[in-house]
Amino acid sequence: MPLTDSLRDDILAAVPSLRAFAISLSGNSDRADDLVQETLLRALANIDSFQPGSNLPAWLFTILRNLFRSDYRKRRREVEDAEGNYAKTLKTHPSQGAHLEFEEFRAALEKLPQDQREALILVGASGFSYEDAAAICGCAVGTIKSRVNRARSKLAALLYVEGAEDFGPDETVRAVIGGSGG
Amino acid sequence: MKLQGLNSRGNVEKVMKDVKSQASKNAAPRKPGGLNAEIQSRIGHQLRAMYDDVVRQGVPDRFTDLIRKLDGPTAQSHVENGGGSNDQNDGRE
Repeated sequence: MPLTDSLRDDILAAVPSLRAFAISLSGNSDRADDLVQETLLRALANIDSFQPGSNLPAWLFTILRNLFRSDYRKRRREVEDAEGNYAKTLKTHPSQGAHLEFEEFRAALEKLPQDQREALILVGASGFSYEDAAAICGCAVGTIKSRVNRARSKLAALLYVEGAEDFGPDETVRAVIGGSGG
Repeated sequence: MKLQGLNSRGNVEKVMKDVKSQASKNAAPRKPGGLNAEIQSRIGHQLRAMYDDVVRQGVPDRFTDLIRKLDGPTAQSHVENGGGSNDQNDGRE
């Protein structure tokens, strides 16, 4: 369909969540905005192939995901460099507890296989149905479900299971023993 | 009294489940297969917090400008020609 005013507004309205998806995928906000820009250019160039009344965000997310995938290998080294630099800046701000927790979560997310990470984000953060997420990723609904489940299990293991051992009953018992002994 | 009735029926079912799960626990060591509901909700919360943090930033000017720039009759032909490549520069003055 032609680019009407309302379609243009709808595309712009999807930009904030496209950026959030792109940052979640690439872990790098500059790279993410380039991805969003490429997505918009690609979408506008192919606007005739968009079916009116179909899911515009899902269509745009599909374009962004395909661009990210086709470019991922080329850029991987840059992303890793950015991560290394980020770790250095974290060390200079150890007091920012909430920020640190946030970054730990992001770091754990980046450890997930790409398939699992994108499935978890699409369903758990973007709010797509399993069916829409499957269409965006070009796979079966059951595949998306199992990727989301594996992503959650792995995040839990990375973030909370090891952490729970550090601050679990052993610490409490030690504190109690320490208190009565002193 | 009604509640008690429900509870007692619930209890029976619970006891039956406990017996079954006790039996399976005895048969095999506990595995970390089932995710704790609290951990699941913390993961969901953090995921959305991270995402919404970006969503709340709205639409940066560069994207509003981009759409506006490409949204003219002369721009249409430019998009058709340049859309397939990574050409982001509008060569026109």
